[in-house]
Amino acid sequence: MTALLSVQNLSVSFTTYGRTAEVLKAVSLDVPQGAQVALVGESGSGKSVTMKAIMGLLPQPPARIHAGKIMFDGRDLLTLPERERVALRGTAMSMVFQDPMSSLNPVWTIQDQLSTILKYADRRLGRDRDRKGRRARVLDVLTQVRMREPERVAASYPIILSGGMRQRVLIAMALLSEPRLLIADEPGTALDVTTQAQILKLLRDLVEAQGLALLMITHNLGVVRETSNTVYVMNKGEIVESGPTDRIFAAPQQQYTRDLIAAVPRLTGRVTT
Amino acid sequence: MSEVQALSNSYQNWYRFSRNPTAVIGLVIVVLCVLAAIFAPHITPYPDHVGAVVDFRNRHQPPSAAHWFGTDNVGRDIFTRVIFGFRVSLSLAFVVLIIAVPLGTLMGLLAGYFGGWTEIIIMRLTDVALALPPLIMALAVAAVLEPSLMNAMLAIASLWWTWHTRLIYSIVRQIRAQEYIEAAETLGASKVHILLREILPNCASAIAVKTSLDAGFVILIGASLSFLGLGIQPPTPDLGTMVATGASFLPDYWWESLLPGTAILFVALGFNLLGDGLRDLFDVEDVR
Repeated sequence: MTALLSVQNLSVSFTTYGRTAEVLKAVSLDVPQGAQVALVGESGSGKSVTMKAIMGLLPQPPARIHAGKIMFDGRDLLTLPERERVALRGTAMSMVFQDPMSSLNPVWTIQDQLSTILKYADRRLGRDRDRKGRRARVLDVLTQVRMREPERVAASYPIILSGGMRQRVLIAMALLSEPRLLIADEPGTALDVTTQAQILKLLRDLVEAQGLALLMITHNLGVVRETSNTVYVMNKGEIVESGPTDRIFAAPQQQYTRDLIAAVPRLTGRVTT
Repeated sequence: MSEVQALSNSYQNWYRFSRNPTAVIGLVIVVLCVLAAIFAPHITPYPDHVGAVVDFRNRHQPPSAAHWFGTDNVGRDIFTRVIFGFRVSLSLAFVVLIIAVPLGTLMGLLAGYFGGWTEIIIMRLTDVALALPPLIMALAVAAVLEPSLMNAMLAIASLWWTWHTRLIYSIVRQIRAQEYIEAAETLGASKVHILLREILPNCASAIAVKTSLDAGFVILIGASLSFLGLGIQPPTPDLGTMVATGASFLPDYWWESLLPGTAILFVALGFNLLGDGLRDLFDVEDVR
């Protein structure tokens, strides 16, 4: 079976002030239908650039994609006309944004914002849905993300919601147009650990229940373990190791992966300096 | 999400506004002036004194029950003329701001959102305009064309929009970096949608505060122009003109320039208090 999303030999460089830096070197990764894949690496490893390349958000210039393909559902996104590319974003593939504080416009209620997004998505998909239909769908996704009082939340402005609730709204936002692939960029890093754990569990449950593919981009190995069955480890623009999550954690092959796992602080033992 | 939520947002805003004495005083003054201007013919004791009426027997009368603000050098009731003077001042402020605020806001949105050459051209244009004091500009226009209220308004409006552009520009620069703008772009929202639906509402409070403060300034500039004889021409009553005419009879007939002067102070103060109150209410900084 071919993967839903397949990045093949993607190479990207950035040119600034006359100097060129190779940021991605022949990166390949597969996200099969319904799979949960994590892309992990430290800051600057190229994971966000990979994500932006997939979403088509790389500013070109300064970025330049030299080689490679990004196959989504059998089509190469890199050769797709801009119109169709835009039409895919937020419909078949959608993104869970990272920062629950700045990802919601403070001047509109949750209902307003989600309805507007839905209206745009519907328009691109040629679907016809009236105001009431949109309202119902918004309440529906808010219920899916286990919001206790969806109607109250829908009528609220972002400022009165807690960080965890706002993050859930962002997940609901990504689910609005029934996507097949969710790309999550470090969701919940801005939240406290307990809330983040809840968010990750929610995300995992949703993805499993609805058979969505999930690409989780993170630097946090705890998140990887929690949310993925396959993991790609990235370092300096290359995929250094990949495989089933359990195997990578049990028997890492590469020195870099071992270092990464060893770097996770543990609660056992004493702190020595 | 408890009982507090049950109160509507507009009620909460009104509650906060009504607890702010300066804002309420400002609002009352502004509303009083606007109502007085609108209903001037009905509430003034001598509506016919607006024109070229001459009543030499009653000239230079001090304030009394019959003439609250006294009478001027041709015997016209000053109170009546002050109330009618509000009409000129307020319409000046209204026309200037209705040109300058939307124009300035639009320019600020464009410069802040698009950047690049759009930004360079618009912002350098504002730099040039900000180097010219509005009063001098109005003097120049009045000298080249003819001194009239219309020309004064155009002269002021042609410079005034730049203040709004600067303000909106700085706000847009901050909002642009927010993720919800990026999200909207990702989802393929049109530029018009992003500018008008995502960014503009975030500027609304700053625009309201700035506009209110500006109204006071524009009225002062309008009065200064009339004082110099470059605003509206007699016999139409204008606060600045009345101060100027009355000034030649100081200090004996002090009411003839002092009371219209106080009226200018009153209306400008009203707008400034209201603006300050709105600023506290919206908690916006850096506006002025």
